[in-house]
This record gives sequence, C-alpha cells and structure tokens, in this order.
Amino acid sequence: MPKITFIEHDGTVHEVEAEIGATVMETALRNDVSSIVAECGGGCTCATCHVYVDEAWTAIVGPPSADEEAELDAAFEVRDNSRLSCQIKVTEALDGLIVRTPSYQGR
Amino acid sequence: MSELIKTDVLIIGAGPVGLFAVFELGLLDIKAHLVDILDKVGGQCAELYPEKPIYDIPGIPQVTGQGLTDGLMEQIKPFHPTFHLGEMITTIENVGDPLFHVTTDSGKTFEAKVVVIAAGGGSFQPKRPPIAGIEAYEEKSVFYAVRKMEQFRDKNVIVVGGGDSALDWTLNLQPIVKRLTLVHRRDDFRGAPDSVNKMRALVAEGKMDLKIGQVTDLEGADSVLSAASIKDKDGTPTRVEVDALLPFFGLTMKLGPVADWQLDMQDNLIKVDVSTFETNRPGIFAIGDINIYPGKLKLILSGFHEGALMAQKAHHYVHPEKRLVFQYTTSSTSLQKKLGVS
Repeated sequence: MPKITFIEHDGTVHEVEAEIGATVMETALRNDVSSIVAECGGGCTCATCHVYVDEAWTAIVGPPSADEEAELDAAFEVRDNSRLSCQIKVTEALDGLIVRTPSYQGR
Repeated sequence: MSELIKTDVLIIGAGPVGLFAVFELGLLDIKAHLVDILDKVGGQCAELYPEKPIYDIPGIPQVTGQGLTDGLMEQIKPFHPTFHLGEMITTIENVGDPLFHVTTDSGKTFEAKVVVIAAGGGSFQPKRPPIAGIEAYEEKSVFYAVRKMEQFRDKNVIVVGGGDSALDWTLNLQPIVKRLTLVHRRDDFRGAPDSVNKMRALVAEGKMDLKIGQVTDLEGADSVLSAASIKDKDGTPTRVEVDALLPFFGLTMKLGPVADWQLDMQDNLIKVDVSTFETNRPGIFAIGDINIYPGKLKLILSGFHEGALMAQKAHHYVHPEKRLVFQYTTSSTSLQKKLGVS
C-alpha cells in the first residue's frame, strides 16, 4: 500500500497507508487528519480539502483540472502547488507523497 | 412586531428532507411554510452537488442533486407549500402549549403549531477570508452580501473573487461607486462569460481596476476601513484606499442560531426521540442530518423516514381533535384526492 504523509499547519505529522483508488482526501478523513474538512464529501464544490503538494511531488501528482482550478477560487492562500485533495487519486506512483495543509479551510 | 404569518408547521431548511416532510405532512392535512438561508431550494443537493449523481435513493438508481430536488418539488406541488428563501431563523419562542413564534433575520414572524428543524449541516454562510482583524470591520465596511446598493454610492469599493457573485456585484456597483477594484487570485474567471467580457471592457476603458493577487492587510479605525493592501503574485504589495470590502469566496456550513434554541445537543447535533423525532422541546422536531440518535446515519433516505414518523406526532398537535387513520397512497381514495390523482 502506498504511504502518504500529511503535515498539518500546526506541525502534526500523519504518516498513513493509502488504499489505491481512494482519494487523498478520503485517506485523510480515514486517518483523522482534522485540517481536511471536505464539506461536500468529494464533489469538488467546496474547496475545504485544500492541500499544498510537496515541491518534489508536484510533477508526479500533476496540475489541477480546469474545474478544480476554478473551485480553488473558493480556497484561501492558494499557491502554485495547491490542489484539492478530493481530486487526487492514490496510485502506486504516489507512494511516499507528502502534502501539507493550509492553516484555514474557510471555516 | 410585523404581521404574523400563521401556519400549521414551519419547516426550517428546504433541503431534500425538509421538502419531503411537506409531502408526509400534506397527506395528513397539515400545511407548511419553509424557510431557507439559501436563495434556492434543495439545500446541500442544490448548493454542493447539483450535477453530481446520488446512487442511494431507493428505487432511483442514479439522480443528480438538482434532479432529486426537482423531483421532490414536483411531488409536493399538490400541497402548495410556501417558501421564504434567503432568510435565516433567529429565534423560536414558546407562546402556547405548544405554539411558537418564530422570527427571521429579515424581520418576519411566524406563528406555528409545530416547528420542524431540517437544517442539515446548519446554515450556509459566507466564507470569511483569513485577513487579520477583518471581523472588526464586518457590517460597517466589510460585507458578504449586498442588501442596499445605495450605501456604496460614491465610495471606493473592493470586490474580491472570481465567480458570479463577485462579477455581478462588480457590474452592478461600478456605475454608482467612486472607484471599483476587483481583486482575484488569477487572471481567469469562472463566472458567466458574458459578465467576464463586460468586466474586461470596463477595465479596458479605464472605468474600474482589476488586480490579480489577494487582499492581505486592512487599515482603518472604529470598524471603518480606510485602506487595504493587495499583494500580487510576486508578493509585491499595493496600497489601495477603500471604504468597503466585499469578499465572495462561496459558502460554508455553520451551525448558526440552532445552538441558541435551548435544545438538547450532542456534538452540535440535536438529540431526538427515535419514535417521533421530537426534541426536548415538545412541538419542535429535528429530522435529517441535523439530528442524532443511537445508530443515526446521515443519509437522505433516513431523513425521509424521519419525516414520515415526525408527521404522525405533528398531526397530534395540529389536529388534536382528529383521529389519525394510517393509509396507503396506492389504495386510499382520500389520499389520492389530496394528491389530485383520483
């Protein structure tokens, strides 16, 4: 199983096992990463599962789709490595992925 | 106090569960008014996933949030519910046994024999941007909705966002304000293309400013804003004089006034009796995602079931003199008459 590391804005680190085919957001919720809110449950309509993809991983994870980029307008402190974690599917290639959470998800 | 709007039942929340409650109540000759903070019906189905398929509605293998909402609106048509949209309930006061006076933030007062809270995850409220000290300016200089355009006449106004709300208010306010600045994080807008074109034309004619970046600091005194700092992509700040800031970052669910209604709560959810879905306040019910009981599942279908059982007890309060006879829509001519199908 691929491993994903979530580093929350307060420094809390969660190194967790992720199921292939699940999303990074679902992986966060299953492992109590509390700064992922995911209000809409994975619909790409609330921008409350915002993460920063570690610079070493941005090329592998890839850029957001046009829909996701548009929804990022409803997030805060958006950077070039911002993604909505509900739109990142876990694959073998993401084994070792590191993502950080912003300090604020809008609530 | 404004004129009382009298109703058998007041339903708080016009999401799928609130809508279906109209049906179950209607079969028992109980009339309902519904209030929702959104400007449309459907709740989360319409706000968060109008285009996304739902797969667990019994008998409907796949339906979108909007499709389900439309279907429910069609289904409850025979019962002529009255909707009050874009309003939030603020207080629920007992004035009888039971009888309630329920007020909204826009000043309406309802008199209801029964109150049904079907408020889902709470109320959808605007997201507050993480700008230090922004709370201090809210209501005086920072607004998340425009109620009166005139208050912005001849003012310097900053609108923030890239969606239809930001664009619509940019276009509506630009002709009357002193100077309008639209701030967005990227030079691409998800709002209606026609609005984007109109906004770009105004920028080209020098009639308003468009800044790509984010508002990072506010200056002012006594809740009155005087200037804002806008940082561009490279982090270079520009200081802009401003009287009013209008951020549009979409909505988020907050529990809101529910917490003040003297209801027994657990984890921000309302405790109910599982045979009636009544709360600790007789005559006030809670159905759908907002309630909690042993084994609770936050499913739309659970909310439908809860609405059906709630209606049985609500009948006892609304028509105490009438005996309730359980009937099926398939076979009862009286129910079919109410549905307008016999």
